[in-house]
Amino acid sequence: MLNTNDILETISMIQDENLDIRTVTMGISLLDCADADIEASCRKVYQKITTLAKDLVPVCEQIEKEFGIPIINKRISVTPIAMLAGVSGGDPVKYALTLEKAAGAVGVNFIGGFSALVHRGFSAGDQALIHAIPEALAQTEHICASVNVGSTKAGINLDAVELMGRIVREAAEITKDRECIGASKLVVLCNAPENNPFMAGAFHGVGEPDVVIHVGVSGPGVVRSALARSGKNKSITEIADLIKRTAFKITRMGQLVGTEASRRLGVPFGIVDLSLAPTPAIGDSVAHILEEIGLEQCGAAGTTAALAMLNDAVKKGGVMASSMVGGLSGAFIPVSEDAGMIDAARSGALCIEKLEAMTAVCSVGLDMIIIPGDTTPEVISGIIADEAAIGMINSKTTAVRVIPAIGKQAGEELNFGGLLGYGPIMKVNTLSPAVFVHRGGQIPAPIQALKN
Amino acid sequence: MLAVITVTGKDTVGVLAKVSGECAAIGANIIDVSQTVMQGLFAMIMMVEIDQIQCSFTDMVDRMETLGHSMGYVIHVMHEDIFNAMHRI
Repeated sequence: MLNTNDILETISMIQDENLDIRTVTMGISLLDCADADIEASCRKVYQKITTLAKDLVPVCEQIEKEFGIPIINKRISVTPIAMLAGVSGGDPVKYALTLEKAAGAVGVNFIGGFSALVHRGFSAGDQALIHAIPEALAQTEHICASVNVGSTKAGINLDAVELMGRIVREAAEITKDRECIGASKLVVLCNAPENNPFMAGAFHGVGEPDVVIHVGVSGPGVVRSALARSGKNKSITEIADLIKRTAFKITRMGQLVGTEASRRLGVPFGIVDLSLAPTPAIGDSVAHILEEIGLEQCGAAGTTAALAMLNDAVKKGGVMASSMVGGLSGAFIPVSEDAGMIDAARSGALCIEKLEAMTAVCSVGLDMIIIPGDTTPEVISGIIADEAAIGMINSKTTAVRVIPAIGKQAGEELNFGGLLGYGPIMKVNTLSPAVFVHRGGQIPAPIQALKN
Repeated sequence: MLAVITVTGKDTVGVLAKVSGECAAIGANIIDVSQTVMQGLFAMIMMVEIDQIQCSFTDMVDRMETLGHSMGYVIHVMHEDIFNAMHRI
């Protein structure tokens, strides 16, 4: 029989501590939609998505109601569109508009996969797709783009890194009258996972089944509350254990929702991504967890160590709770999406260099960071190269999602609204890496790649 | 299958009667009730069997929520699976 304390604990996690399922993401392979005629290809894409995902939103809403757990986002990830563009040729923006129409038809919050994987070089469709990203993101609201420019096995494609510096800036420029929102839907990755349910980096990898359900959990508020209740006298070993136990409970919820969604939709279950994904809402912040562990403010000396412990404990707790763990799985540190990070960036406690160090131990990278509008494409490429190098050497996923605030300077703010949040423009080092990024070529795969 | 009904609000006469009356109307069999009043706050947890209910489970969730609103209480109905998943290995 269930015990009263357990029941009350679950209810207070949901009602008071913002526990939710952040996303149920349906991965759909579009490989069988490829056609030499782009119009036919788009028709097939629309048909396949609206057929497979037609019940996604209603089924998730039913689960929300029956289990009393909010499911914040219902999303779709698709095969990197560059592969379809490679077959069909033509303007890849057409695919973005098709995906946007499909997103509207099935009622999902985002479709991810306007993507290209170019870590070892460009193949047919890749260049065209990357050049179309700014226009595609400006003309759509629900589409996310990502480009993988490096991996531990392949090294880093410096030509792609250089190109992406320009593309990120262009994506911001053509949406400058809308808070530069284009750049907030574009992420440049190293070691991109093929089964990630979180945006903007979600795409459906070629090794995945035809259709699959992934779940991304959340719950920074729950972890923070558990730490707050435990007081200031516990050792860090005990804190790590407490985080582990809390992550276990959160992940069990994700496993349950994923299994149910998969059963009701008749679609195989993929993975649970055990990420602590913050939102700008009060009480849903990863930075506040770090502060609860004992830092005056996020960004203080000790932040990297506390984050490393948090990230590791989340994984250890989650991995036992789910039969299949994947995606990014760890703690996210998106600045504009986290109330505590926003405060720390505003007060100057958190700078981009500290964030870079934190990305070496967290689950992703430099995420949702607003940079001055006059930042050059070369500097953005340099930032991308640094992040990719951290990912490549440490065999982990890293990413860059920076938003150049066109026409604005450090100290001013941008506000994207909703889960994308708001935040101050952070200073970047303006010294030029131009010669380095324009060298082009491939940074060779590191010795870590030679594991066979 | 079981569902957990939680009721919280200011203590007044007849809360248990109204909630159990609604359960009877729906066909949900009450198998366990625990309730307490702490500093004037009424809190009740009820376990009910939902195999024989005469409406869908989502309708039951709605009906209980509406009943809660009409009485000035917060009533949640949640499937037992969520608690089992979280607290049992």
